Amino acid sequence: MELDLAREFYRKMLLIRRFEEKCVELYSKEKIRGFLHLYIGEEAIAVGIMDALSPEDAVFTTYRDHGQALARGIQPNRILAEMYGKVEGCSRGRGGSMHLFDAHTHFYGGNAIVAGGLPLAVGMALADKMMKRNRVTVCIFGDGAVAEGEFHESLNLAALWHLPVLFVCENNGYAMGTALEFTESETNISLKAAAYRISSRQVDGMDVVAVAEAAQEAVSEIRAGNGPVFIECLTYRFRAHSMFDAERYREKSEVEEWKKKDPLLLLHQRFPNIDIDKYETEIVQIIDEAVDFAENGTLESIDDLEKFVYSCEVIP
Amino acid sequence: MSEKITYREAVRKGIREAMENDKRVFLMGEDVGHYGGSYAVSMGFLELFGSERIIDTPLSESAFTGAGIGAALGGMRPIVEIMTVNFSLLALDQIMNNAATLLHMSGGQFNVPLVIRMATGGGKQLAAQHSHSLEGLYAHIPGLKVLIPATVQDAYDMVALALADPDPVLIFENVMLYNIKGELDTEALPLVIGKAKTERTGKDLTILTYGISLFKALEAAEILSSEGIDAEVIDLRSLRPLDDETIMNSVAKTHRVMIVDEGWKSGSISAEIMARINEQAFFELDAPMGRVCTVEVPIPYASHLEQAALPSTEKIVTMGRKLMEKS
Ligand SMILES: Cc1ncc(C[n+]2csc(CCOP(=O)(O)OP(=O)(O)O)c2C)c(N)n1
Ligand SMILES: [Mg+2]
Repeated sequence: MELDLAREFYRKMLLIRRFEEKCVELYSKEKIRGFLHLYIGEEAIAVGIMDALSPEDAVFTTYRDHGQALARGIQPNRILAEMYGKVEGCSRGRGGSMHLFDAHTHFYGGNAIVAGGLPLAVGMALADKMMKRNRVTVCIFGDGAVAEGEFHESLNLAALWHLPVLFVCENNGYAMGTALEFTESETNISLKAAAYRISSRQVDGMDVVAVAEAAQEAVSEIRAGNGPVFIECLTYRFRAHSMFDAERYREKSEVEEWKKKDPLLLLHQRFPNIDIDKYETEIVQIIDEAVDFAENGTLESIDDLEKFVYSCEVIP
Repeated sequence: MSEKITYREAVRKGIREAMENDKRVFLMGEDVGHYGGSYAVSMGFLELFGSERIIDTPLSESAFTGAGIGAALGGMRPIVEIMTVNFSLLALDQIMNNAATLLHMSGGQFNVPLVIRMATGGGKQLAAQHSHSLEGLYAHIPGLKVLIPATVQDAYDMVALALADPDPVLIFENVMLYNIKGELDTEALPLVIGKAKTERTGKDLTILTYGISLFKALEAAEILSSEGIDAEVIDLRSLRPLDDETIMNSVAKTHRVMIVDEGWKSGSISAEIMARINEQAFFELDAPMGRVCTVEVPIPYASHLEQAALPSTEKIVTMGRKLMEKS
């Protein structure tokens, strides 16, 4: 792989990492509220997947969505403003951390109902097929989603109708505090997709290069009209599920073991020429600017509370 | 014996004692075991009762709720925990098409002694997929019973009360109440389903409410009282069945009514209560009835908007004044 691309990947992953570390700080200062789910440790997936997309492609993801939003190119300013509940936020302060949306980048959320995004992605791909748009819809979800009926129903529909969907499972081994082996009789998730006759594979989700290659390949298969593809990314979340999690369900040593596979570390080991310090400096500035932007944002008038329930309030 | 504990501890104690007293009782739901319950109600239960009776389920609301119905049919006394009321919509099919109907469809042969607990309500900035109050929606369904403990005492008592019932009972626990402390008398008289409780007596105005809104209503009643308005505050406790008798008796005394409900107004339980008062006590009314409900919008994330959407003490006071002006 090109050094330039490796640099770009590193920069994006570092931006996500530092952005979320700032979020933790802001959460403890009560600037950000609600649930805050961190992506730290899983950055390689969002960065690797988004790299394979064109600007027209559509994205559906879960409540753990900061990494995907940043990697997709939503401005850090607008993401942070959203978490501050400000009008300048990418969802006007209506959604918060779990519900980032952005029409410009075809980013359809930020869904906090586990597996809720899968049927939507299927429908988006159906529309593309019917309207003869050569687009790919990416649908990202956790290992927990695999147990929901909507997962199975959606995979079946996508395969049956031969739809251009890229399913990406972020398998971090846990759904909140429940390990996968307590909830799945078959813990190899890619096999489930294969059972629906979907072209399916498992990749090392800590390795951004591996994710990016798998994504490229998958996207070209889909664009060639070969129907849906499923990628299971094996990964780990370094932090608690959310800000209210005592982590009684896992050993510290397990976390430490996975930290040896930190995606930033792995990439730097492979490309020692990446100038980390340069990116650190650059990113501190970006984040400081985002904090300023969010701090100086405006709170929506309470008179507008009932806006956006029906489209007549949106479309002039 | 009386002690001061939190609402969370009260629910916890209720479940623990039920499990100790009856081997048929078990708890199942997402993260009830290893994690300790998403709101820490079952913390330590896995160690106490083992994984056969404290069952961590996959994220399969429809399947494990349905399995609860099946286990109830099979002679067990399951307590199914659904993390948040919004997720119960994934199990709505099982609750409405099976739990609520089997007794009737089978001509009375098969009852479903199932308890479903879920967290409800707004106020934590969790936005539109985690913050709603759908207990009124469940109260629409014949075959179900809908309990809403507001106080620590009820949070404890209602667990045993629900388990003792031969039919499906839903218990809604407001997320903002878990840390609230209150008095628990473990030797209190047993409750019956469908009995409201008058928490404050008054002669000028009846405030009908339930769940967390009870505390807002009580606070508002104090403020109104300083203005010379003597409000009676009734905790409905059960939305299905409703305690018509207590409601109508109070209306006959005060002749003015306000309903405070964290659900949306349209098609809500507050609308049902108004309709019943119209049917049963119309000529007792001295003024049109009033309502304080959640503004008809999916709950927004931003704190100031969320707070503006929910019922508040202030809104109740304002409504109280308005109702007293009319005569
Ligand atoms: C339908 C539904 N049920 C339960 C929840 C509560 N919940 C939120 S996240 C979560 C765990 C999901 O785990 P996973 O899909 O593996 O994603 P991860 O958090 O690991 O990224 C649960 C149980 C929910 N949001 N939606
Ligand atoms: Mg997971």
